[in-house]
Amino acid sequence: MHDLPQQLANGLILGALYGLVAIGYTMVYGIVQLINFAHGEIFMVGGFGALTAYLALPGGTTLWLAVPLMLIAGILVSTLVAVGAERFAYRPLRSAPRLAPLITAIGLSIVLQQLVFSFYPDAKKARVFPKIPGDPFELASVTIQRSDIFLIIAAPICMLILGWFVARTRSGRAMQATSQDPDTAKLMGIDTDRVIVMAFAIGAAFAAVAAVAYGLRTGQVDFRMGFILGLKAFTAAVLGGIGNIYGAMLGGLALGLAEGLATAYIQHIPGMHLFGGGAWKDVWAFVLLIVVLLVRPQGLLGERVADRA
Amino acid sequence: MTALLEVENLRVSYGKIEAVKGISFTVNQGEVTTLIGTNGAGKTTTLRTLSGLLRPTAGKISFDGQPLNTVPAHKIVSLGLAHSPEGRHIFPRMTIEENLLLGAFLRKDQAGITADVERAYGLFPILGERRKQAAGTLSGGEQQMLAMGRALMSQPKLLMLDEPSMGLSPLMMQKIMATIVELKASGTTILLVEQNAQAALSLSDQGYVMQTGQIVLTGTGADLLNDESVRKSYLGED
Repeated sequence: MHDLPQQLANGLILGALYGLVAIGYTMVYGIVQLINFAHGEIFMVGGFGALTAYLALPGGTTLWLAVPLMLIAGILVSTLVAVGAERFAYRPLRSAPRLAPLITAIGLSIVLQQLVFSFYPDAKKARVFPKIPGDPFELASVTIQRSDIFLIIAAPICMLILGWFVARTRSGRAMQATSQDPDTAKLMGIDTDRVIVMAFAIGAAFAAVAAVAYGLRTGQVDFRMGFILGLKAFTAAVLGGIGNIYGAMLGGLALGLAEGLATAYIQHIPGMHLFGGGAWKDVWAFVLLIVVLLVRPQGLLGERVADRA
Repeated sequence: MTALLEVENLRVSYGKIEAVKGISFTVNQGEVTTLIGTNGAGKTTTLRTLSGLLRPTAGKISFDGQPLNTVPAHKIVSLGLAHSPEGRHIFPRMTIEENLLLGAFLRKDQAGITADVERAYGLFPILGERRKQAAGTLSGGEQQMLAMGRALMSQPKLLMLDEPSMGLSPLMMQKIMATIVELKASGTTILLVEQNAQAALSLSDQGYVMQTGQIVLTGTGADLLNDESVRKSYLGED
């Protein structure tokens, strides 16, 4: 296990990516108790929004300029799609049985995938996304790819801004109040519809940041990229305690670590066909989900429901 | 007496079930008005409709000369109508102080808000002692104080209190009732909903008895206290 520091670093970087996407699941769930299964596709369209901005820039534009512009475009596209989905797909179902918006979310996820697949130029296969060129950094015994620097900087900044926003601003307090008791929040004069839109928008913006990070990291975006990543981020949100924003980040990091370490150290066992190693990369997240649901269903930072006297 | 709130022929339904079947009543400026009645009489439904959480199917609500029927719930508090809901509904994971400040969510006068927080602590000293404590850890009576204090933070023209004595010890109930008298003396108009008819009527100027969605009896608090049918049905005498 001489490469443990490297595996830990890999796991944490991957986990930060999951955490950013998990924020969107947890915020929407915290406010409207909806699992927004289209959130993975909100992430995906952010990636394509960023790619579009990149392609629109003149060739040879420095990445110092391109990445911020791609980020803005990605955030814009993700947020517009998410707010549109809230307004036209979820809001009309606000008082319908729980199952209706859930199925709508799954439907919306398929629609968004197919729209990109059908109408985005050449999106039937993965599209090339720019990478940050140059040699990786060496820190002690740990190697970090240049493209991951974006995520290492962006994820903590996003979390700090969100923490400050929720705890310190008027809108943040309105959000907390709405998540704890929506009817009473209205009695305080809080426009809960606005709060709900805000939750969708913030989640989408974070997903777009994650999508740019994902594109830079893997060098590509494709119309299916939100599916597995969305499921894993959802798992991270549940793992951290759904509804809790710090839980989402913590759950993301824990999941990334578990996946990284399990993939590295649970190797093929001779004689056991197809077990362990890279092929099982996507299995560990869901094994962890099952274990959490059995052992601590409220998640790492989740609270039991009986906090109301 | 000028009427602050006038309700005319109000009807409210949950789906096909009509919970409030055409009631009319008035709340006068500076008075305590009480709705009494058993569980399911429609009292809470009435208050939730007044504060916009439910929509009437028919009838008129006029508050301070303005119709309320179509005003969204989050805009009603800014007109001067505050609602302390049944079951208190404090925000459990926020501190006492944060709860109070949410009561003043729409106000911009920082100095006035600070003064009113202190006023709430003056009214309920226990809240001041525990201002940084999560509201969910308070006892039922303390939560009731917080709910009342929070409703007062909007400086309402009309304060609606839904079952403030529910589930409280006799001592705590006395404290809450005494506070209502105190608030009235300081000029607050109050619409009170109570199952504890004795306590509520004895401090009310005007009372209405509700039964299965209708108002069946009206009178001053003292009148109703002495009414034979009220004594039988609500004060437990035979």
